[in-house]
Amino acid sequence: MRKIFRFLPLFALILSAAVSLSGCHASGEKKSFQMPESFDTSKDIEITFWAKNDTNKAQTTIYEQAVEDFEKIYPNVSINLRFYTDYGKIYNDVITNIATNTTPNVCITYPDHIATYLTGNNQVLCLDDLISDPKYGLGGSDVAFDAPTKTEIVPKYLTECYIGDKLYALPYMRSTEALYMNKTYVEKLGFNIPDTVTWDFIWEVSEAAMKKDKDGNFAINGQNVLIPFIYKSTDNMMIQILKQSGFDYTTDNGEVLLFNDDTKKILQEIAVHAGTRSFSTFKISSYPANFLNAGQCIFAIDSTAGSTWMGPDAPLSDICSDDIIGGIDVIVKEIPQVDVNNPQMISQGPSICVFNKADPQEVLASWLFTQYLLTNEVQIPYAETEGYVPVTQKAQESDTYKDYLKRGGEDNTTYYKIKIEATKMLLDNIDNTFITPVFNGSASVRDAAGQMIENTTKSMRRNQTVDDEYFAKLYDDINSLYRLDQLGASLNAQEGEKPDLGPLPLGAKALIITLISVWVLIILYFCYMKIKGKRDN
Amino acid sequence: MKKKIVSVLLASAMALSLAACGAKDAADTAAEETAAVEEAATEAVEAAAEEVTEEAAENVEEVAEEASADLEGVMSYADYAAADLDTEVTVVTYVQAHQSWWDGKVTVYTQDADGAYFLYELPCSEEDAAKLTEGTKIKVTGFKSEWSGEVEITDSSFEFVEDGDTFVAEAVDLTDKLASEDLVDYQNQKVAFKGLTVVARESGNAVDYKYDNSGSHDENSDLYFDVQDADGNVYTFTVESYLCDNTTDVYAAVEALKAGDVIDCEGFLYWYEGANPHITSVTVE
Repeated sequence: MRKIFRFLPLFALILSAAVSLSGCHASGEKKSFQMPESFDTSKDIEITFWAKNDTNKAQTTIYEQAVEDFEKIYPNVSINLRFYTDYGKIYNDVITNIATNTTPNVCITYPDHIATYLTGNNQVLCLDDLISDPKYGLGGSDVAFDAPTKTEIVPKYLTECYIGDKLYALPYMRSTEALYMNKTYVEKLGFNIPDTVTWDFIWEVSEAAMKKDKDGNFAINGQNVLIPFIYKSTDNMMIQILKQSGFDYTTDNGEVLLFNDDTKKILQEIAVHAGTRSFSTFKISSYPANFLNAGQCIFAIDSTAGSTWMGPDAPLSDICSDDIIGGIDVIVKEIPQVDVNNPQMISQGPSICVFNKADPQEVLASWLFTQYLLTNEVQIPYAETEGYVPVTQKAQESDTYKDYLKRGGEDNTTYYKIKIEATKMLLDNIDNTFITPVFNGSASVRDAAGQMIENTTKSMRRNQTVDDEYFAKLYDDINSLYRLDQLGASLNAQEGEKPDLGPLPLGAKALIITLISVWVLIILYFCYMKIKGKRDN
Repeated sequence: MKKKIVSVLLASAMALSLAACGAKDAADTAAEETAAVEEAATEAVEAAAEEVTEEAAENVEEVAEEASADLEGVMSYADYAAADLDTEVTVVTYVQAHQSWWDGKVTVYTQDADGAYFLYELPCSEEDAAKLTEGTKIKVTGFKSEWSGEVEITDSSFEFVEDGDTFVAEAVDLTDKLASEDLVDYQNQKVAFKGLTVVARESGNAVDYKYDNSGSHDENSDLYFDVQDADGNVYTFTVESYLCDNTTDVYAAVEALKAGDVIDCEGFLYWYEGANPHITSVTVE
């Protein structure tokens, strides 16, 4: 029995060490990446790349070609390419794989999502040191291909990849939203199209278009279906109107500024036009392009990256060719503005995120491949698949790209007129674009912003009362649905402030007291035996 | 000192024993009382038996009244079909199939003897979703909506109607109606098509994965394939992966289709800018 007590301190030491070790394992913490002296081209390295292809074969082909070309430059690197058709699925899979330490090496994603990935310790590679590394940084001396330098990336786009004061991604492609307008119908309704379209103009034309003929059809298109104004992404709609009006919807550190009278005024205006059915949304009705191409919509707002679906001659379409209305002229404009002298529109588009791994050589291979995705060989052809713009000035200013932009309208595929007009519109407005603050939970705030428009629109269509009481309840419901009230506690915790979790439960208190008492008794007994042993001697 | 430690241990052991003794005493008492209880129970059962017959009759009447109250405001399929879009509707219908549950919602294909109701993203616990088996009777209240031609019930709530009644629809053969304007009258119903020929899609493939004509796809993407009827009309059919995922027979059967195959198939007559059936079984002739 005495022998057991003698070993107690040793046992306690082993136990505490074991607990500490298991704690480390559970947290999944990784070491920070240290740049190796050189890239070991004799070592076989396998990396995984998760990409999102939109809706056309060309994008898939470009990724496959990029992988093939990179593997020729670095034959020791093998890239497993996995395609997704949805950014949300990439996000879900990354989150799942963070828990099991099986993230991809590189993935295409949004900064909102990266902010959540950052909750895993050292999972996402901070790129601040990497981009400026003289050998393997952007366009570094030992990079074996013509990569862009840091200064050749559009500065605004690089800035968008900072979360806090750290760079956690590189931009891959950029787009914005565009107004695809049925010019024929607007002019037929007797309106002159201004250089910069305002929200007031959109609402006025939309209401004018609701006039019906004696047969009960809409006079403008002779059909029994017409939704003059359809918005694809209502979260962007709310965010952009607020921004144009001089209001933010969150602070930089995640305080939600949505639930106030400014938002209510915007919702009240939308409610009026939802009530007359001159306005609807993608979630409520369907894709704006389907209505636009059938002559059932006059103003369709969607991403420039959706431009290949817009217009009766669009290369992509979901509606039967018999339903497409010929003889209408679709043009591209900036989204409607509050102040025509201060146009503002959202900057969106995918970025590239690199994940940290135990093997620095594997991380370096991932980083080199990430740089390869910014070369002209990838940037130019990918941007041409949709209304994207390349993120490097090197690509934007190349002769190849300039020639592409000049040839808009030559055909309805590569040089599809509306796609190139949408691209040019963004290139002309890069300085007028803005991004929204990114933090863990920012994706939820975006969803909440859009859901308020969706709910208000639905309620008006359903002849429900939309008044002050309605908006008060809407704010409560949305706050609760997206758990925005819990965002503050989570953000404070991130910033080092420990959230108040309330008093310790009684059971926990009892357990702690018992453990302390047992240890005190053991130590006292141990001391007693020591003293007694000395006395006996 | 040793004696003191032993005393403390003994005291602790006694304290624990007392707790156990308490339980044992209770058990002994209970045993003694059992005989008395049995005796009283026998008498009570005899008395209660006389009352049961009367109460049962009363209960039947109450249940019938409650059921009648539950069905107040319930629309027939004809009423539902005639209702305006964006109005509130209440129907009693029977589950035929449902898509996978996700994030507190499940999309359900339902039908009664007169017509079908597509319940889009019905709020539902995962536990309740598991109970939405084929034939289950439910009462649904929501808004009649339309998305790209698909008429559905959205923003709804439901309750189980547990009266023992079930209904499983027979697939109605609509091969001859595929090109007909009447086809829309069968929207969302369980349907069958026979003797259709698989034709290559624009991509050159017999089967494409969700919008992507390159052959690249998620592991569990929707499948799209084109079929031609006897008159040469071509239609796009879908295997909706949330309804029949890549572990199902129909998913494997469709992935294996080749241009020129002649097939019989069954599914639900979903609508997206025209008929876009969600296929649940395929047989190559």
